[in-house]
Amino acid sequence: MNVETHSTAKKVEAAQPAATIVEVRNFDFSYGDSQALFNVNMDILENEVTALIGPSGCGKSTFLRCLNRMNDLIDIARIKGGNIKIDDIDIYGKDVDVIELRKHVGMVFQKSNPFPKSIYENIAYGLRIQGVKKKGILDKVVEECLCGAALWDEVKDRLSESAFGLSGGQQQRLCIARALAVKPKILLMDEPCSALDPIATAKVEELIHRLKKDYTIIIVTHNMQQAARVSDRTAFFYLGKLIEYELTDNIFMNPNNPQTEAYVSGRFG
Amino acid sequence: MKRYFHSELEDIKNKLILIGEKTNEAARLSTQAFLESDIEKAHTTLELDDSIDELEKEIAHACERYITLRSPVSSDVRLILVAITASHDFERAADEAHNIAKKTKKILSRDGHVKQLTSIEEMSRLACIMVQDAILCLIEEDMGMARSIIERDKAIDRLNLANYKMLTSQEMREEIDDTTRFETILISKSIERIADHAKNLAEEVIYLLTGE
Repeated sequence: MNVETHSTAKKVEAAQPAATIVEVRNFDFSYGDSQALFNVNMDILENEVTALIGPSGCGKSTFLRCLNRMNDLIDIARIKGGNIKIDDIDIYGKDVDVIELRKHVGMVFQKSNPFPKSIYENIAYGLRIQGVKKKGILDKVVEECLCGAALWDEVKDRLSESAFGLSGGQQQRLCIARALAVKPKILLMDEPCSALDPIATAKVEELIHRLKKDYTIIIVTHNMQQAARVSDRTAFFYLGKLIEYELTDNIFMNPNNPQTEAYVSGRFG
Repeated sequence: MKRYFHSELEDIKNKLILIGEKTNEAARLSTQAFLESDIEKAHTTLELDDSIDELEKEIAHACERYITLRSPVSSDVRLILVAITASHDFERAADEAHNIAKKTKKILSRDGHVKQLTSIEEMSRLACIMVQDAILCLIEEDMGMARSIIERDKAIDRLNLANYKMLTSQEMREEIDDTTRFETILISKSIERIADHAKNLAEEVIYLLTGE
């Protein structure tokens, strides 16, 4: 593979660098004997959208799931070295409460997974198990979260109906609203639009753009146009290594690494 | 559905109108410099050139960025392509204004004033209106105006040819020295080229609206 960069585009520089919220240092991760991530170093900035791209099996979803310790659920998953700090706290430290961590770092999955409950209960459920009982508070949070996920106008008259009656796109936005209910600082999204039609995808992308004002969003996507449209920064992973992490403008218009250029221009392999 | 990045298309269009207005100003000032023997206006024209070149680069970069990051289709693609070609036409028209200003300066420094023996005044008036109308039809996406601009170009071609014949006639050879005559022929040609670029811009507006 020998790809040269032809673009004459100037390198773009970030106008005002935001504060680092996630700090990844020398992070090695494996499933049993098979190493999935090699020496990943990365600073993820607050109130930005960071896209993780790369071919299947490159480690981007593994990396995403390391950020809220979802991989703890896999027996053979092991941290081989390095650390991940969120707000300066090592999330793999001994004193870390994983449930609290996951409240702080919410997740939206590839396939929407609403609870088999009403639209209202899908949002209120997380609060109820935290002990919130007052209807006034629950009503307020449900409305805020559905508004936040740009779904309120579409469902406000049928909150008591089953969430399964919503379209795929609406279900995915409901899952985003549900993630917002516990007031996370970071939202992880693992291919949130891969099962959606273009209109539903556009609505989720609009939502992502709007949410970054209040949240830090890290999104895994196979759709490079989506990464280009929604993200401020993009990280390209290949064979478990972070090849390039840069402003999205630079990754797609004038990447530094020939492997990145080959991947984003579809010449890979 | 209006997407958040559609405002970037508006920004590109606004930049295109800005480069158009600067070019219009350069064309107006350069021809006035010649017609009024006004060296100050020639200087101001020359000063405008760098900012027009810079704007063309900014538009090209914004268009490259939009194509790369926003996956435009249909009329959005046409707008981007038109922005690239139209900004180039404006920049080239501004280059012609720059040439007029430079030659006017030479004539003025040599002869002190410009003898008005040709129809350059009429040509200038028509060409500047064409540039102005090209900007307007771009803003208003006015097909009728675009067609009328294309039609008006022929009159300027005829005036330019008439100027050429007049300036190469025996009578003029005796009236004006060779260098000034040659420079005046080039000025007339530059005005004709400005009108050509306005015509190109009108054709680009038609492409924007029809895809043809």
